[in-house]
Amino acid sequence: MGMTITEKIIAAHAGKERVFPGELVQVTVDVMLANDITAPLSIKELEKRGITTIPYPERIVLVADHNTPARDIPSAENVKLMREFAKKHGIPHFFEGGAVGIEHVLLPELGLVVPGDLVIGADSHTCTYGALGAFATGMGSTDLAASWVLGETWLRVPESLKFVLSGERRPFVTGKDLILFIIGEIGVDGARYCAMEFAGPVVSSLSMDERFTMTNMAIEAGAKNGIIAPDEKTLAYVRETGTSRPVRVFTSDPDAEWKNVFEIDVTSIEPQVAFPHLPSNTRSVYGIPKIEIDQVVIGSCTNGRIEDLRMAAAVLRGRKVHPKVRLLIFPGSPKVLRQAEEEGLIRVFLEAGGVIAPPSCGPCLGGHLGVLASFERCAATTNRNFIGRMGHETSEVYLVNPYVAASSAVAGYITAPDKL
Amino acid sequence: MIRGKAVVFGDNVDTDVIIPARYLTSTDPKELARHCMEGLDPQFPERVTPGATILVAGKNFGCGSSREHAPLAIKGCGVVAVIAASFARIFFRNAINIGLPILESEEAASRIREGDMVSIDLATGEIRNETTGEVFQAQAFPPFLQEIIAAGGLMNLVEKRVKANS
Ligand code: SF4
Repeated sequence: MGMTITEKIIAAHAGKERVFPGELVQVTVDVMLANDITAPLSIKELEKRGITTIPYPERIVLVADHNTPARDIPSAENVKLMREFAKKHGIPHFFEGGAVGIEHVLLPELGLVVPGDLVIGADSHTCTYGALGAFATGMGSTDLAASWVLGETWLRVPESLKFVLSGERRPFVTGKDLILFIIGEIGVDGARYCAMEFAGPVVSSLSMDERFTMTNMAIEAGAKNGIIAPDEKTLAYVRETGTSRPVRVFTSDPDAEWKNVFEIDVTSIEPQVAFPHLPSNTRSVYGIPKIEIDQVVIGSCTNGRIEDLRMAAAVLRGRKVHPKVRLLIFPGSPKVLRQAEEEGLIRVFLEAGGVIAPPSCGPCLGGHLGVLASFERCAATTNRNFIGRMGHETSEVYLVNPYVAASSAVAGYITAPDKL
Repeated sequence: MIRGKAVVFGDNVDTDVIIPARYLTSTDPKELARHCMEGLDPQFPERVTPGATILVAGKNFGCGSSREHAPLAIKGCGVVAVIAASFARIFFRNAINIGLPILESEEAASRIREGDMVSIDLATGEIRNETTGEVFQAQAFPPFLQEIIAAGGLMNLVEKRVKANS
């Protein structure tokens, strides 16, 4: 019996020939990530106990992307705590100010994560890095604190689910729609504790940016990780980062054991809208009633990459944002922002009447930079539409792809570009 | 033995309603507790009798973010244990790591009603509804996790390891 890619990466980090689903293993960790919400808890936990041994500072990554530029004094204190901790322990990968971007956009772009890595992060969307053929999963602050001291962590080897995507994609159907469709099919706990592996000709045809969007939202189905086997596109992407980290390519064996295999023909999938208050409440954009909106957010670790901004700009070029809608655009990283500027996308957004916000999480989690008032509605390219996620508990978030977000900003209600 | 009155919630209680992100600049359990479950029931902290309340919920409890502030807020309210039909995996780890007892039992989650007096034996995983006399069996933790719980959380274990090595 063969192994899945997930099992192979875990086995390689557990020093074992093979591992089996359900097994608890100790693994070494290549990258250990935390942000300005989760790192302070980890740091305080270590300092409270007087633990000062941080043996692998180069494996730690600290990104101040959530409540930054500092939203208030406590947020500023949290970043200060991270900065001082990084300095004290010689942690080279600490990002703030002009270096900061959304962690899950930033790390792949900088070559800090490479194929074959085992990554843990005190952020649930750490699963994003699976698009590189790495095993990456979210944990809590205490888990991270422990791993910073030990260089390892414990894991339960997940069962693997395989999603084989084939067929022809319709216009305006992106990686976002494919993953929303899958979550709509299996539900928000449909992959609980499992690995989701995406494969098939449609996945091969996706760009890296769209693959990141898919693995990013594996957590929204309850998965431990999302993963895509590396191919030429992956390796080209990694080469371009100029990273010196060693790449290890793993793929699932033909006789690997799957808990379930889903064969999905994408031909009939239309652009998706996930209605409040669950990412699984998905519908086709063509079959929904008129939903008027107050705000549109384009960005986040799901859809804040250059291709996402290109999609949005393609719709907004020569058009104006509806007068009662606020359009907020959050490029995912300084590199994405620079590239968007060079390609003239920023100008398109400004001329349409959009607001360009600093590379950061922004209102995605309802902290600052564009939170919603009571009963306001937002179409967003983000990943969660839970009650109160983006502001007041009576506000509503509709999850969409960048094309639909842009066309909705123009129309004033949720719609697709071909209906403008 | 843990004992408390049940406070009951439904399926898919996510971390954004357990503790909204706007309060995450604090790491103090008492401060977090003031806003616990705010999105679902702003009166929640008043429904809790500190030290004598057990939270009971449906499937996928704690889904969403990795914020450890969620179990901390629940613990900070004075909830002594959580019983759910199932837990989201990051919440499951976080709760164990910070020493909030949690038990998974579909039957208990569906049969226990608001206000029932419930007792739990963590060593055996037995859940008893004292109000109705029903008894449920939750899955026992694997030995490795029992070790973390017995140590009073993951960091106690790590601290022991570090100090033994130095
Ligand atoms: S963009 Fe949103 S989902 Fe992504 S890391 Fe930031 S807050 Fe979390």
